[in-house]
Amino acid sequence: MAIRAEGTRSGADAWERNSRTREARERVIKFLLTACAYLSIFTTFGIVIVLFEETSRFFLEVSPVEFLTSTQWAPPQGEFGVLPLVYGTLMATIIAIGVALPVGLLTAIYLSEYAPRGLRRWLKPVLEILAGVPTVVYGYFALTFITPYFRDSLFPSIESFNAISAGLIMGVMIIPTVASVSEDAIYAVPLSLREGAYALGATRRETATKVVVPAALSGIVAAVILGISRAIGETMIVTIAMGAQANWLGSPLDGMQAMTAYIVQVVGGETPRGSITYESIFAVGSALFLMTLALNLASYWFVRRYRETY
Amino acid sequence: MAHSGTKVGAGRREFKASVFVRYGLDRAFTTLVAGAALVGVVVLVVLLADVVRDGSSMLSLEFLTSFPSQVFPENGGIYPALIGSIWLLGLTALISVPLGVGAAVYLEEYAEDTRINRIIEINISNLAGVPSVIYGLLGLGVFVELLAPVTGGTSVLTGALTLSLLILPVIIVATREALRSIPASIREGGYALGATRWEVIRSHLLPMALPGALTGIILALSRAVGEAAPVLVVGVSLYQTYITAGLFDGYMALPTQIYDWISRPQQIFQDSAAAGIVVAMAVLLLANSFAIWLRNRYQQRS
Repeated sequence: MAIRAEGTRSGADAWERNSRTREARERVIKFLLTACAYLSIFTTFGIVIVLFEETSRFFLEVSPVEFLTSTQWAPPQGEFGVLPLVYGTLMATIIAIGVALPVGLLTAIYLSEYAPRGLRRWLKPVLEILAGVPTVVYGYFALTFITPYFRDSLFPSIESFNAISAGLIMGVMIIPTVASVSEDAIYAVPLSLREGAYALGATRRETATKVVVPAALSGIVAAVILGISRAIGETMIVTIAMGAQANWLGSPLDGMQAMTAYIVQVVGGETPRGSITYESIFAVGSALFLMTLALNLASYWFVRRYRETY
Repeated sequence: MAHSGTKVGAGRREFKASVFVRYGLDRAFTTLVAGAALVGVVVLVVLLADVVRDGSSMLSLEFLTSFPSQVFPENGGIYPALIGSIWLLGLTALISVPLGVGAAVYLEEYAEDTRINRIIEINISNLAGVPSVIYGLLGLGVFVELLAPVTGGTSVLTGALTLSLLILPVIIVATREALRSIPASIREGGYALGATRWEVIRSHLLPMALPGALTGIILALSRAVGEAAPVLVVGVSLYQTYITAGLFDGYMALPTQIYDWISRPQQIFQDSAAAGIVVAMAVLLLANSFAIWLRNRYQQRS
């Protein structure tokens, strides 16, 4: 009797010990996993603090008004008006979107409304590869293939470094972004809308362009905004193929410098830490960060809107 | 009577004409969308053909096993850059995969719908859109300067830490999607047998999510290794005479080696760049094929 009671007690003890260690282990693991998730917050804080700290030092020497309104960008001469760099970035971005918006949207329509299953299974991976091509490769292609091609055919006066080749290739780079986000939105349009259009005698094209695309519009807008944000932040294509000379109001056939390209140019040289030039890359980085942040938030808002509708 | 007869006839003719036009437009539109879908394929093929043509003169086994050379550029190669990129790949995987999978498990399996968790979610989707060169500036400020005693300044560890932060959001999103596709009954079955939350995660959820998550992780890692901008900012070597052998050593990388060659005017360096690109694209295509094969196998099973 006594032995049995003893045995039961030790069993209960063992169970309790076991369950206590299990609980402790669960708590430790939950803590570690939570820490992983919070790392993302620290990353954002890190970005903001690093950019803010160096940028504020930069603004001790250069007035923010001059930075944001002057059209002179010549760091060696102490001229720090960011507008020519913004102009270069926007020029390349507009050309890129001119390619990626039509091609990406039509690709999305093809993939979701037209493509046979087998072909779809081939095309989507190709788009993924296109999105994964290192951007130095695109830069090389723009510089050594597209630009000489343009010089020999359409634009004999084109410069070796120019916005149009860089922009066009950047457009190809963001086709997958625009196509895949648009396709998600188009795919989310309920089948009943298509069936309704067909029942009214609409053709396939009419259904796609007059019913499905308008219904998916907020998602498509999100896709385009995301594409613009990618283009603004893209670095190596514009560094390699668009040049390193700031050029306010230059033509697309001329070389110009993008904001990202300036950052790479400075880190590639021997710039002493703490110098005004060193700090200026953080000021340009801050402007870049704010531009892409605003676009990403806008895109996030548009995506949520179509998710709520359907 | 005759009058209304002609009217009906005219209406029918009009209808037929309009249908004719509409069907014509439809065929044209079909061609247009199919053509648009082919643009990417065509560019990819032309690009590959172009770099293979430019790079074929430099491509050889010695190209993979030689140091780059200023004096004899025709004998130069990508050996230190290749080793550096392998270091970056390995370290970035070691750092980013556990952290990313951990964050995904927390958000998918533990997090309740509180304000702070919603902020984390929005924050992660925003981080995914931050330009890679900005991550470079973050790495420069934090890992190169602030944490220099820990990271050794411009070391391969710094490069890998920076790339890890860059691809964390992608890994988190891919892993979360894989976890979300696991039916709730698996979790409930585990709990019913008395398993704790972590035991269910470790024994069932992680193994089941693995193939799906792995696809996204491989694509993210291949993108990280192809990045030039962030590593340029955190001080990758454009030339070094030794092979990276430890965490705190300097390092070269394949994309920045290619960039360095592109920025030199002589034709021989342009050809070297093309040869380097052929190697990089071969690795990229291999990684992508493997990821796609993995995904197809996984989709067939479920």
